[in-house]
Amino acid sequence: MQRRTLIAATSALPFAASAQGFVPQNAECIAPAAPGGGFDVTCRLTTRMLSELNLVPSPIRTQNMPGGIGAVAINHINAQRPADPNVLVAFSTGSWLNMAQRRFGRFAENDVRWIGAIGADYGVIAVRRDSRFQNLGDLIAAFRENISAIPIGSSGAVGSQDWTKVALLARAAGQDPRRMRYVPFEGGGAAMAALLGGHIQVFPGDASEIRGQFDAGEIRILAVLSAQRLPGFLSVVPTAREQGLDVEWPIIRGFYGPPRMPDAAYNYWVDVLKRLHAHPAWPEARAAQGLFEFNMVGEEFSQLAKRRTEEYRTLAREVGLIQPTQ
Amino acid sequence: MDVFAALGGGFGVALQPGNLLLAFIGCIVGTAIGVLPGIGPLNAIALLLPFCLALRLPPESALILLAAVYYGSGYGGRITAILLNMPGEPSAVLTTLDGHPLAKQGRGGAALAISGIGSFVGATLSVVAMTFLSVPLAKVAVAFSPADYVALIAFALSLLGAVSDGPAVKAWAAGCVGLLLAMVGVDSGTGVERFTLGSLELLGGIDFTVLAIGLFAIGEILLLIETKLRAEAAKLGGGEKLSLREVIHCVPTMLRATGIGFVIGVLPGAGASVASALSYTAEKRLNEAHGKFGQGDMRGVAAPETADNAAQIGNLVPMLSLGIPGSGTTAVLLGALLMYNITPGPLLFEQRPDVAWGLIASMYIGNAMLLLLNLPLVGIFARLLTVPAWVLYPGVLALSFAGVYAASNSAFDLLLAIGFGVLGWLFRKMEIPLVPIVLGFVLGRMLEDNLRRAMSLSDGDVWALLGSPVSIVLWVMTLAAVAWPMLRGLRRVAQPSRGV
Repeated sequence: MQRRTLIAATSALPFAASAQGFVPQNAECIAPAAPGGGFDVTCRLTTRMLSELNLVPSPIRTQNMPGGIGAVAINHINAQRPADPNVLVAFSTGSWLNMAQRRFGRFAENDVRWIGAIGADYGVIAVRRDSRFQNLGDLIAAFRENISAIPIGSSGAVGSQDWTKVALLARAAGQDPRRMRYVPFEGGGAAMAALLGGHIQVFPGDASEIRGQFDAGEIRILAVLSAQRLPGFLSVVPTAREQGLDVEWPIIRGFYGPPRMPDAAYNYWVDVLKRLHAHPAWPEARAAQGLFEFNMVGEEFSQLAKRRTEEYRTLAREVGLIQPTQ
Repeated sequence: MDVFAALGGGFGVALQPGNLLLAFIGCIVGTAIGVLPGIGPLNAIALLLPFCLALRLPPESALILLAAVYYGSGYGGRITAILLNMPGEPSAVLTTLDGHPLAKQGRGGAALAISGIGSFVGATLSVVAMTFLSVPLAKVAVAFSPADYVALIAFALSLLGAVSDGPAVKAWAAGCVGLLLAMVGVDSGTGVERFTLGSLELLGGIDFTVLAIGLFAIGEILLLIETKLRAEAAKLGGGEKLSLREVIHCVPTMLRATGIGFVIGVLPGAGASVASALSYTAEKRLNEAHGKFGQGDMRGVAAPETADNAAQIGNLVPMLSLGIPGSGTTAVLLGALLMYNITPGPLLFEQRPDVAWGLIASMYIGNAMLLLLNLPLVGIFARLLTVPAWVLYPGVLALSFAGVYAASNSAFDLLLAIGFGVLGWLFRKMEIPLVPIVLGFVLGRMLEDNLRRAMSLSDGDVWALLGSPVSIVLWVMTLAAVAWPMLRGLRRVAQPSRGV
């Protein structure tokens, strides 16, 4: 209690260095998917560490806002709280894809304020333990035989990041990604259930969401989509590149704020993330969630977000997801 | 490992004084959360989680507390449903059908008591089933395909005609209104806006709380205003207390409802509202000859309340044994494990038996606590009705509005709720039942998502919907359920003509 008063008092001073008069109140982290997936982990991990390390004066609430793979959330903050200084929305590389493909209605990369990243995850290609696919080569061979015969499912619609992972593999195998039989689920948890139940054969998920099933031997990981092998429990799994396919898929995770978030609040949150990255307790907590170091924040990060979104827009045109005229 | 030894170890964890206290606190918070409209267990757990971490509670204690809030909330939702005809959560909608008529007959206390007993029976038997059958059940549950879900939800929808007493066509019409309302918002599959009328506020769809508070709470109050508060409000006393004979009379109902509720709950994609709807209609059908369902039958209260709690416990089965969340709330519980760096998954029982078995053991204790807490409180809850109507109803309305606003931070939602209130009032006057609207609303989106998945899995082949024995059985039951009210209607038409 004493500390809270102290922080409030210091930040009220005009010359307070970092907070510049902004103190979060009932701050909220929106995870734009059903609980259990990557967005959920982004919010919960960050808010827990911020509270534990006393980097914020009061705990930040996590709210799940599923729908449209993030479309509902971006519409919500643009419609209902465009200047709210107390709301962070979790995003991933997939959100950039969605913006590039105009899946968020009229909202895109310039309709939010990019606060920063907390780390990066990597795509994996998972199959059930009794799958006929022993390695990536088997899957690619099956793709070449008849790509439409293999049900693939994950969180996110056609054109989302999980779809793009396999689309890139299909393209590398010389196949048309549009012929894939892809089934969207709301969240990685539901897709994993469908994989275990045998309703889908391939789950292009993220490294951070498959550990429980991987440790139990329920699933096999055919490849990790990183440049080098990942450290930790996945170090036994070869990369796609090792298996002869030049496909990588890093998933940067972090937060954006509403489009008219006041500068004081924006700077506050950027600063909070900086201090989180610098904290000695952070790397261990981040790694425990399968996230690798990726510490970019603020203006530099904002530029990256806009550049990547533009790159994905080009990619989407190539795959035929959006018309060249758009 | 022997189940009994493991459960014994679990009780060793759950019976520690600190954990007992946490379970007790969780039960109280859960009941309160269930009573308050607009605030569900999901929000409560998400709010409590940071406190658990800040207090440095060990993971098993945190989970015991949070789970108690979760299953405790199943005891609270019925109170306003029975006494005021205002369901606090989706699964309590069915409880209004017989609970409120009982309250009007002065038997609100008895209805509260039977629902408390039903909740206890449903939850406890489900915990027993979970103790012994968790892993095999969860394996069967993931085998349930999107096509099977389509059949299950279609079956639940087909029973809409049987939910209310009036003409089936009105119930169907109401159900379609519900389905239509479920379509509003950004389509989750494609991102296309549907029926938003260009309004940004409608992009996120309509919240269940807004709809339920509008139709039930505001609609009810409008009707009361119209009749100058004299008509048909529930009254305190005048009715008999719940007799042992009545409880025994409800036992077969409770057992069936537990079965239905638990099985539906274990399926990761279904939920308590499907379970309570199915068990209510099943009881109504079974006891058609000698029941007064819809006018205040104890079994009509026991069935949905028992099934609701059984489903809640069932929902924990895939979460604990496979690490797969069956609902939003269980997913937040999974998130809690993650925050303690415990990897939820099939190895949870081996890696952290203290957490898994401690939680299961604590649920035996927690449900007993809830029963002991709730039965003596029945009298106090029922005394709510001694508050004069002109104080009670505006008070409830204020609380409801606070709940709506807390959930969405949006004044638009308050206006929307008032709009639904007017709709609810009009529908009451036209004797169009409200329960099918809410059920259609809740089931509509589930139906659409699963239908879409089933169609992409089968590459557009409609016959895939009949691809498994389970789905065929469910579709046959669906057809029977649709045909039944029609046949009954024909008979009804035929009978008077014979009389003339």
